[in-house]
Amino acid sequence: MKRCGARKFRRFAGLGGSVMLALLLLAGPLRAAEEDQVIRSSTWSFTGPFGVFDRAQLQRGFRVYKEVCAACHGMRFMHYRNLSEPGGPEFPEAAVKTVAASVEVEDGPNDQGEMFARPGRPSDAFVSPYHNDQEARVANNGALPPDLSLMAKARPHGVDYIHSMLTGYADAPADFKLAEGMSYNTAFPGHQIAMPQPLFEDSVAYDDGTPTTVDNYAKDVAAFLMWAAEPKLEIRNRVGFRVIVYLVIVAGLLYVAKRRVWSRISH
Amino acid sequence: MANAKGTADTVDDGDRRDFILVAAGAFAAVGLGPLVWPMLDQMNPDASALSLGSVEVELAPAEVGQAITIMWRGKPIFIRHRTEEEINAAKQVQISALPDRFARNENLPDDAPALDRNRTLEGHENWLVMIGICTHLGCIPKGQRVGDARGEFDGWFCPCHGSHYDTAGRIRKGPAPRNMEIPPYAFLADTKIKIG
Amino acid sequence: MAHKSNYVPGTEFEKWLDQRLPAIRLMKEQFIDFPTPRNLNYWWTFGGILMFCLVVQIMTGVVLAMHYVSHATLAFDSIEHIMRDVNWGWLIRYTHAVGASMFFAAAYIHILRGLYYGSYKAPREILWILGVVIFMLMIATAFMGYSLPWGQMSFWAVTVITNLFSSFDSVIPGLGTRIVEWIWGGFSVGNPTLNRLYSLHYLLPFMIAGVVVLHIWALHVPGNNNPTGIDVKRDSEAVPFHPYYTIKDGFALAVFAIIFAVFVFYAPNYLGHPDNYIPADPLVTPPHIVPEWYFLPFYAILRAIPSKLLGVTAMFGSIFVLFVVPWLDASPVRSVRYRPLLKPFFWVFVATCFGLGYLGAMPPEGGYLVSARICTAYYFTFFLVILPVVGRIEAPTAMPGSITEDIFGKGARRRAVMDGAAPAGAPSAPEKR
Repeated sequence: MKRCGARKFRRFAGLGGSVMLALLLLAGPLRAAEEDQVIRSSTWSFTGPFGVFDRAQLQRGFRVYKEVCAACHGMRFMHYRNLSEPGGPEFPEAAVKTVAASVEVEDGPNDQGEMFARPGRPSDAFVSPYHNDQEARVANNGALPPDLSLMAKARPHGVDYIHSMLTGYADAPADFKLAEGMSYNTAFPGHQIAMPQPLFEDSVAYDDGTPTTVDNYAKDVAAFLMWAAEPKLEIRNRVGFRVIVYLVIVAGLLYVAKRRVWSRISH
Repeated sequence: MANAKGTADTVDDGDRRDFILVAAGAFAAVGLGPLVWPMLDQMNPDASALSLGSVEVELAPAEVGQAITIMWRGKPIFIRHRTEEEINAAKQVQISALPDRFARNENLPDDAPALDRNRTLEGHENWLVMIGICTHLGCIPKGQRVGDARGEFDGWFCPCHGSHYDTAGRIRKGPAPRNMEIPPYAFLADTKIKIG
Repeated sequence: MAHKSNYVPGTEFEKWLDQRLPAIRLMKEQFIDFPTPRNLNYWWTFGGILMFCLVVQIMTGVVLAMHYVSHATLAFDSIEHIMRDVNWGWLIRYTHAVGASMFFAAAYIHILRGLYYGSYKAPREILWILGVVIFMLMIATAFMGYSLPWGQMSFWAVTVITNLFSSFDSVIPGLGTRIVEWIWGGFSVGNPTLNRLYSLHYLLPFMIAGVVVLHIWALHVPGNNNPTGIDVKRDSEAVPFHPYYTIKDGFALAVFAIIFAVFVFYAPNYLGHPDNYIPADPLVTPPHIVPEWYFLPFYAILRAIPSKLLGVTAMFGSIFVLFVVPWLDASPVRSVRYRPLLKPFFWVFVATCFGLGYLGAMPPEGGYLVSARICTAYYFTFFLVILPVVGRIEAPTAMPGSITEDIFGKGARRRAVMDGAAPAGAPSAPEKR
C-alpha cells in the first residue's frame, strides 16, 4: 500500500508540476519584448525571494529623479511621506519635510474663490511638472513624457529595460532613418525615442562617493523607480517567506495525518 | 484489513488523542488569526488618512475678537482669538453653575474641572481651540462668523435644539450634555498650532 | 437514497432544531457521513479546491470593493491607492488577481478529470451541465473583473470582445451595432460600461455559489464517480467523507495553497500583462492585445477562423459543445483507463488545449495561424467525431468487476471475505449503462 501511495503521489506531483510548468510557459510569451530590443540583465539587490532595496541606492535614485527626470515626468502616485516610510529610501522625516516644503503645491479655492500656492507637506503627492497632458505635449514637441510611478511594472523586463534604455543612447546606424527631433536608442522599441539623452557623466552630485557615471545614474534611478512601483516589495518578501514556511509545515502535518487516517482501511 | 461492515468507518477513540491529528489541527487553526487580521485591518484608516491626521494652522490671520474655522479629520475646528472681556467673563463663572463640570480637554486628564484655564493651553489663554460640534446631536453651532447668533452667554448657539455655549465653549443652557471638546493640540510657535 | 446517517439529535436544542430546520442533519448526512468511494485519487480533490477558490475570491473581492471606485477617471487610481495606502491592500489585491488564475487552473484540471473518467455519463449528465454553467459564469466574471483596473489591457480587451457582437450586422443589418451600443451604454467603451461591468462582477459570483449548491446536490444523488468508472456496489466500497476525504482534501488544499502563495508573494505580476499598469487610453492601441492566460485557447480559436461571425461562433461553440458531451460519447465504458482507443486521442486533446493556449498569445499569422487552425480543427473533431465514433467501435481492456476487485485484485480469499459483507439496502447500480 505504501508503494501504491508513493507512486500515486509522484504521479500527482508530476502532473501538478507540469501544470505549473505549463502556466509558466504560457505566461512567458505574454511578456516578450520585441526581438531586436537590446536589454541587458543586471543584478539588483531586490530580486529573488530574499531581495531588499539598497537604501543608499534608493536615496541616490531619488536625487537623480528630482534633479533630472522631475523636470518633465510626474509621479502622481507617490507622496512625499513615502520617502520616509519603512521599506523605501527611508529618508529622515525632517529631510522629507524640507523636500516637500521646497516645492509649491496648488491648493484652494480660498475664501476669495481663488486657487493659491503653498509650500508642500509630506501628505502631498509629488508635484507634477505640468498641469495636464496637453500642456506636457506642448512643452515637449507633441510627445507626452509618461508618469513614472509604475514604469518599472509597465514595461516588459521592468528595471532592466529602464536601465538599458537610459544607457542605450547611441549614434544611429548609417541605414537607419531617424525622424526629426528623435534620438536613436538600442533598447527602445522601434529604436527611435522622443526623449533626448537625459543622463550625462557628473550631471548629478553624489555625496556618498559612488562614481557619478551614466551607468550608475541609470541603475540608481531604475532601482528608485522599482521601489516607486512596488513600495511593498520588502514586506511582501518577508511575509511571503513566513507564509510559505507555515504552509509547508501544515502540508507536511496534514500529509502525515492523512496517511495515519487512511492506514486503518485498505484502499 | 478491510472493514467489512457498514458504511460508517467511525473514528476510533484512540484517534481523537492521536497526536498527529491534534498537531495538524492546531497548526492549521493557528493560521486563522494571521489570515483574518488583514481582512479586518484593511478597514482601519489607511496611510493617506493617517497622513492627514495632523494639521498645522497659522493663527496670525485671526485678529483679536475674530474666529477661524478649519477642518481636522473631517470635523470643523473653531479657533477664536478671545478678547479680554470674553476671557474675564469665562473666568468669573462658578463651576457649580455649569451643567458639565469637566474640562473635556484631550490635553489634560479626564477629571480636570471645567475652569477657563483648563479650556485653553497654558500661556495661551487668548486662543480657544475646540471641535465645533454640538455635543447634543452633532450640529455645527453658530458663532464663528460676524453677525452669527451667539446665544445668551455670548459664545456659541446651536440652532437645532437651542443649546447655549459660553465664551469658553462650555454648555450653559439647553439639551447638550457636555462642553464642546478640546482636541489634542500644541503651539509650535506663538502664532502656529499643530492639531492632532 | 438509503439512509446514510444514523444522526440522533443529542441535546434538547438539537431535537428542537431538527424538527424545524434540519440543518445539522443535512451537514451530517451530506458532508460527514456521506459514503464516498474509497478508491478516489488526488484528481478528485479539485472540487474542494475550487470551493476554496470561490470563497477566497468572494472574501477578497468584497474587501476590495470597500476601496475601489468604479469611475473611469478614478478606477486606476483607486487600485494604486489600495496597493500603496490601504492596510494590507497589496496583499488582498494580489491574492484576488492571482486567485482568478488559480481558480481557472483548478477548474481546467477538474474538467479534464471529468472528461477522462467519464464523470459526465449517466446518471451524472445534469451534474456535468451545471459544471459547464459554472464555467461559463466564471468566464464572464473574470472578463468583467479584468476590466475594472481600467488599464490599457482592461480597456482594449473589453473593446475587442464587445466589438465581436457587431458581427451580427452580417445577419441582420444594424442589429450588431445596436447590441454593441447597448452593452457599451454609449458609442464606445467608457464610463457607463465600466460601472455596469462592476455591478455585474459583484453579482455573478453569488450566482456561481447558487449553481455550486445545485452542482453538489446533483452530485450527491448518484454519489461520486471513481477512477474505475464502476458504480459502488457494496457499502464497504465506500467510506464516510469525514475523516477520510476531509483530511485528504485538506492536504491537497495545503499543497495548492503553497503554489498560490508562491505566485502571490514572489511573482504576483508574472501571470499578468505589463500593459495593464498603463492607464487606459482610447487613442493608443497596445501593439499586442492579449487576454489573460486562461482565455488564450478561446482567443486562438476566435482568431483562427477568417470570418468574424464564424470566428465568434466557433469561440462560443468551443464552450457550448461541452454541454452535449454526455450525448456525444457513445461508449458504454466510463473511464478512459479502460478505453485503449480513446486514450491517445484524449492526450492529444490535452496537448491541443495547451497548444491553443500558446498560440493565443502569438500573432495570428504564418505558422502560428496554420497551427491554430489545425488545433481548432482537432478540438472540434475530438468532440464531434472522435467521441461518438470511437465509443462505438472500441474494444475496452479488461475491467475489474467492481471497486473491491480493483483494490484487492482477484484474490479468492479476499473475495470471500468481501462477499460476505453486502448489507441490505446497498445500491446495486449496474456497471454498464
